[in-house]
Amino acid sequence: MTESPLLQVEGLRMHFFTKAGIVKAVDDVSFTVGRGEILGLVGESGSGKSMTGYSVLGLIDPPGRIVDGRILFDGTDLTRLDAAAWRRIRGNRIAMIFQDPMMTLNPVLRIDTQIVEAVRAHADVSRETALSRAREALVRVGIASPDERLRAYPHQFSGGMRQRVAIAIALVNSPDLIIADEPTTALDVTIQGQILFEMQKVCRESGTALIWITHDLSVIAGLADEVCVMYAGRFVESGPVADVLVRPMHPYTRGLIDSVPSRNARGRPLHQIPGMTPSLLQLGSGCAFRERCASASRQCGESPPLREPAPRRKLRCFHPAP
Amino acid sequence: MSYSSDGPWARFRADFAESRLAMIGLALLTMVIVIGLLAPVISPQNPYDLAQLDVMDSKLAPGENSAEGKTYWLGTDDQGRDMLSGIFYGLRISLGVGIASTVLALAAGLVLGLVAAYFGGWVDTLIMRIVDIQLSFPAILIALILLAVLGQGVDKIVIALVTVQWAYYARTVRSAALVERQKEYIEAARVLALKQGRIVFRHLLPNCLPPLIVVATVQVAHAIALEATLSFLGLGLPITEPSLGLLISNGFQYLLSGKYWISFYPGLALLLTIMAINLVADQLRDVLNPRLRK
Repeated sequence: MTESPLLQVEGLRMHFFTKAGIVKAVDDVSFTVGRGEILGLVGESGSGKSMTGYSVLGLIDPPGRIVDGRILFDGTDLTRLDAAAWRRIRGNRIAMIFQDPMMTLNPVLRIDTQIVEAVRAHADVSRETALSRAREALVRVGIASPDERLRAYPHQFSGGMRQRVAIAIALVNSPDLIIADEPTTALDVTIQGQILFEMQKVCRESGTALIWITHDLSVIAGLADEVCVMYAGRFVESGPVADVLVRPMHPYTRGLIDSVPSRNARGRPLHQIPGMTPSLLQLGSGCAFRERCASASRQCGESPPLREPAPRRKLRCFHPAP
Repeated sequence: MSYSSDGPWARFRADFAESRLAMIGLALLTMVIVIGLLAPVISPQNPYDLAQLDVMDSKLAPGENSAEGKTYWLGTDDQGRDMLSGIFYGLRISLGVGIASTVLALAAGLVLGLVAAYFGGWVDTLIMRIVDIQLSFPAILIALILLAVLGQGVDKIVIALVTVQWAYYARTVRSAALVERQKEYIEAARVLALKQGRIVFRHLLPNCLPPLIVVATVQVAHAIALEATLSFLGLGLPITEPSLGLLISNGFQYLLSGKYWISFYPGLALLLTIMAINLVADQLRDVLNPRLRK
């Protein structure tokens, strides 16, 4: 018997109860992340991928609320935890990295203050111990002369350097899981490559699992083990990266892959998915993608059941590509 | 790599010094503060000690000598009080009351405004409605009512000024904090599961300070003016410990009979003090506002 996965999200529903109506930001999403595994969570803007990440951290603010589903982390259901128990896990066993490195560090506090604070929020250690851990963390993310950097303020760093610091803060308590919310989107390509390499290396070395939230399939292709595609707050398709990207079954996944510019199709117009992401307010039952889907039929007005068309592949579609 | 070789403090000083007017204001303000601090040392006379006053010397014009041959450079008031000493001591009281009430009002407004912005919901509604009610009354009216109930005294007038002023700070802090709260570093602090108090006071507060510094400097001037007004109306401080407002009020009745100095010099001192503070505050606003920075 294999050991249970590190994180198992089952049927997660997170809704915002606004004056205009209920926004189903996350609607019946399930995925698992094994220890040391890297999961790519893919979707367009507003597909609920970030909200899924926030749900796992228990950081949903009113009017948002988790209405259904389980988040099993190392055997315990996070949705049943009280605030104090959440705090022991958050930042300690599950860490997060944000999209914009310009904003994620506090501009008025020095780097050492911010990392030491992160350490001492979860471990009863002296300032000196915390400081040496901070230094180690900076070295691990490839920052040269860490002692000098520790005494600097965020504005003295470039975007890439700041994101490295943010990653160091996430790593400093040796979490089991890191949720990264598009951390390389704001960086230029060479820095993005470096950060990806650094993250992959660090996760492999320390056995940290990673959920990489992104809209960029090319990043996922090189980084993740598994991929989970979301659309309009709903689960679309999941499976091993190589498998899903080579043989996408859901028309939406195929559309996403076709939208990526490729060398093989130079000069020809790019494929695009027609139409726009539907408003989450007016979303009825049935497949959310049917309005934009070429293979949609009358059947798609009902909710497609979750299927396992191949080992380790999961899918919600009535008309999967073979 | 480093953004600027000479730290933020040096840059701040250089920016501030760009305006000559502000430097004059700063020099004036420094002088006024030094005078206020050293009043007991540099005053020719203790104006609070009635034994030192001689009614025979009352209403002497500036530069006139007393019977003992002492020169009153700014003249004396109707009780024979040396105006120069009176102004020095008056500045001490005015500045003290202005700064003390500003610091206390700032602290109260800061905490309430931050709490309102950070926690939101009914806490925010409750605090901000109180602020709205408070700000819908003229400051002088609230202060008058409070002093009528509390009576006279330095502590009473500070209480009145704090009550009048805290709402400005609460509103300023809240609007700054609402913007800062949306920024990712606050989210990042929450992800680290830092304690609420730590997030509010360590992370949120310092980022809300620049607008507050500006409001606070302007409000010191307002507080001093308001205190002078209240004293002028006879509601602020006891007549034995005159502040600038009371000195002006004392001389008011002699103004038309040609004895201008009893009101004029305290008024000038008040004017210069408030002007100096406003000059400094204006330049602070320009320096601390990144949008106005060249």
